[in-house]
Amino acid sequence: MSTLPVVFSAFQTRKMDLLSNKWIINLIFCLFFIGVSCNSVENKIYVHLNYTIPCVRLLNATHQIGCQSSLSGDVGVLHVLESEANLDWVLKTGPNPPYMVILDSTLFTRSIMMKLKTGSSRVAGVVVVAPSSNPAEGFSPHTTCPNENSGVYSESYDPALAHCNVTVWNPLGNGLSYEEYDFPMFSLKDDNDTQAIKQCYYNHNHVVNGSSPQYPLCAMQLYSHMSAVTDTATCMRRNGINFSLNPEAVCDPLGDFNVLASTRPLNYTDKGHKMGESVVIAAARLDSRSFFFDIAPGAESAASGFVTLLAAAHALRNATQEAQPNRTILYAFFQGETFDYIGSSRLVYDMENKQFPLDLDNVHSVVEIGQVGLHGESKLWVHTDPVSRRNSSVNEEVEKLIRNLNSSALNLNFSLQEPSFSQPLPPSSFQRFLRARPIPGVVIQNHNSAFTNKYYESMYDNAEYLNMSYPPNLTPEEQLEYITDAAKALTEAATIVARALYTQAGGSDPIQLQNINVDSQMVTQMLYGFLVKSNNSWFQQMVPSDFAIHLRERPTNFYVGVTQQHSEPTLLVQYLLANLTGTTVNITQDNCQNQREGEDDKESKHIYSYMWVQGAAPPNSTERVAFCVRSTVRLSKALSPAFDLEEYTSKDYSTWTESRWKSIKGRIFLVASHELEMLTLGVGVAVLIASLMLTYIISSKADILFSSGREPTAATY
Amino acid sequence: MTAAVFFGCTFIAFGPAIALFLFTIAREPLRVIFLIAGAFFWLVSLLFSSLVWFISVQISNKESAAQQKGLLIFGVVLSVLLQETFRFAYYKLLKKANEGLLTLSQEETMPISIRQLAYVSGLGFGFMSGAFSVVNILADSAGPGTVGIHGDSQHYFLSSAFMTMAIILLHMFWGVVFFDACEKQRWWAVAAVVISHLLVSCLTFQNPEYVASLVPTYVILFLMGVWAFYSAGGSLKNLKLCLTCKDKDLLLANHRPR
Repeated sequence: MSTLPVVFSAFQTRKMDLLSNKWIINLIFCLFFIGVSCNSVENKIYVHLNYTIPCVRLLNATHQIGCQSSLSGDVGVLHVLESEANLDWVLKTGPNPPYMVILDSTLFTRSIMMKLKTGSSRVAGVVVVAPSSNPAEGFSPHTTCPNENSGVYSESYDPALAHCNVTVWNPLGNGLSYEEYDFPMFSLKDDNDTQAIKQCYYNHNHVVNGSSPQYPLCAMQLYSHMSAVTDTATCMRRNGINFSLNPEAVCDPLGDFNVLASTRPLNYTDKGHKMGESVVIAAARLDSRSFFFDIAPGAESAASGFVTLLAAAHALRNATQEAQPNRTILYAFFQGETFDYIGSSRLVYDMENKQFPLDLDNVHSVVEIGQVGLHGESKLWVHTDPVSRRNSSVNEEVEKLIRNLNSSALNLNFSLQEPSFSQPLPPSSFQRFLRARPIPGVVIQNHNSAFTNKYYESMYDNAEYLNMSYPPNLTPEEQLEYITDAAKALTEAATIVARALYTQAGGSDPIQLQNINVDSQMVTQMLYGFLVKSNNSWFQQMVPSDFAIHLRERPTNFYVGVTQQHSEPTLLVQYLLANLTGTTVNITQDNCQNQREGEDDKESKHIYSYMWVQGAAPPNSTERVAFCVRSTVRLSKALSPAFDLEEYTSKDYSTWTESRWKSIKGRIFLVASHELEMLTLGVGVAVLIASLMLTYIISSKADILFSSGREPTAATY
Repeated sequence: MTAAVFFGCTFIAFGPAIALFLFTIAREPLRVIFLIAGAFFWLVSLLFSSLVWFISVQISNKESAAQQKGLLIFGVVLSVLLQETFRFAYYKLLKKANEGLLTLSQEETMPISIRQLAYVSGLGFGFMSGAFSVVNILADSAGPGTVGIHGDSQHYFLSSAFMTMAIILLHMFWGVVFFDACEKQRWWAVAAVVISHLLVSCLTFQNPEYVASLVPTYVILFLMGVWAFYSAGGSLKNLKLCLTCKDKDLLLANHRPR
């Protein structure tokens, strides 16, 4: 009995030795797995595409728009389309359907896309090669009448003005963004990868003189499977199904945040009507879109407007702090306006339902800054709503407002004019306010009737279109400081807006009025930051350090995106507005980040917002001197009321959602002919059957065949 | 390329092996066990040779293509030698196991003869070798693309499958010849097996000239097949008997009660 523990302990130590040896060997083996190369057979077959921008599916109350691929990707033989007549090859005569059509941007037109759409059994997908410069004749994939059914002009308001009967705002619009395609569509840059793809086509697929191309052919596979179908009501219902432990959503509502600031602080806990408060709303929109996902340079459609308003807000800072005019100015930057006025409809809804410190009765007038990019002329147009002006008191206020604007433009080389004939308002956030009640207001635009923007809501609406041209050989820092022509024009526009707002708000001191001047240096820095590169030294100074790493080396993307994801322009405008309209306060970082001025301060956070920004580094050191900015800037949720009310088929509010997807990728490879594949299968089956028969015969005759040299003792076979 | 190519190549590569397994091995549990053990021995040999190759690649200069090619040749030769060494080790193990089995079992006769063991172990080596040669290629053949976008030959999958079929059958023949040679102490035959294995492996360096590598491989396969047939106890007389269907009479005539 006593030997047992000894034996046991000896056995245990032996086991430990074995165990430790095993672990050492395991460790060594594991270390050897570092640096294993990737699958080389796959590399022989496929070339993966690096830069792929898909077109995704968006849904609203009644339709789905955008593109869809099958779950395992769509494979098609490459075809570079030479002209519209060449479409015959793809749709009728080509011998190897389905085809993956590669379009140059000049061929990306409505007629070609509609033909491809109807022949979609032979079309596996479309790839659009984005050019490096804008097409001269203009291109707009948006509809001709943007936000037709969500503005104020409907049958009940005034049937003669509804549905763009008087003025077609976007005549160049071909409506491609709002069609539904059941094949994937990707966009590629015109770079070496795309050249390689075209080379593959010319080597293998190109047909000369009507002969059919020989196998193997060059093909492409695109994956962009979208989970949501039909419309918003269907996909929101499917979001809520809880079959498994990990319920998967299929779509998300579009939305983000509106950025609001006021010249007099508002108490955000005191919601509903505010007695004695009269507010002038100065509005601009923040977002844009294009045909493809997450590309929205929005230079003229969005940036020109809100940069002007930001500059005006800065110019008004001193005037509204020293001697406050009677009315408060509320600066509102609305997100999601492209998609049926998500931001402005939400603000109006909040005001109507006492979810906001102000009420629609508090709103005195609205001044909206639309597309104000100027291409050489020094004239802006003031649009008003003819229907609300039939009311004499509203008309009087509107005329007063227009007089204010005109008097502000007097001493500058600028003219502001009203359109010569009675026409409805262009698509603008002000229309949502008018839907609630007739409020006097104007919308300032750079066009008399139809848009002058040739690239409305397209990927070409970029800095190049806005005439932001820099002399060559400038460093990024020098480009940041260089005042472009576009900046000069916008400075003038902003000065007019600022002075008009001051007068409209009741300010009457002429000296103050003269001192309201917009700094063109600031305007050009803002334009550079939003339209060329957001990672620049000026932006770096004004943002908190945890956002500074998100600043990019490329232009800002103005697509509103889904509510869960914060869009970059909203945050940038928030920080800029805080710095430009707020003041520096001398409090500690801890207090600043906790939204209070002192240890016991519990009231300030309802009125002000505090931001701890990075600041600049002084000339003789590299450490940034951070400080706290106190401002009245707030973010207010810009989610369509349809989603709060769960009315997913609502006709009153925006119901736009974006589908979810798993993977977006593409690859090219060669495909062999169907005959060769079947031949391989046939040979395989023949080999299998032959070997089965042969083996059966041999094994049944094994006694005889292998009998000589048998051992004398009978062995079992 | 697609499912058609996947199944076609699978059947080409593993068709004979599956047929042999189904008809001659599947019913006898002892044969199955020795088949799997043989496969395992081949796997261990591959593990050691790949370990050596991996270490030498890490040590070497990755930029120089000539050095990498030399290293590859070295790796192939080492792998072949290790496989044959493990075949010999398996032979020794099987001899010992057979004696052990004999002492344990009640019967007087050996449950499995050394000739059958040769065949089964060769086939085991062949299965595992074929699997490692071709399975990753088969996995990629199921996708929509075929080899060639960088200029390689289109017939990659097909020739890999035929090569694998040849290798599996060759392993089986080598097993039979090797064990027979070890039994009869004919060391020149063992050397011949090793040399023919080296020859077949080095022929693959001719790829992508698939004709230049496949045709000699099949010639060697035929020759080894004939040699294995004779080592296993076959002869031309028996073959003629079978082919002319006189075997039934012989069976009846030679029928002995067991």
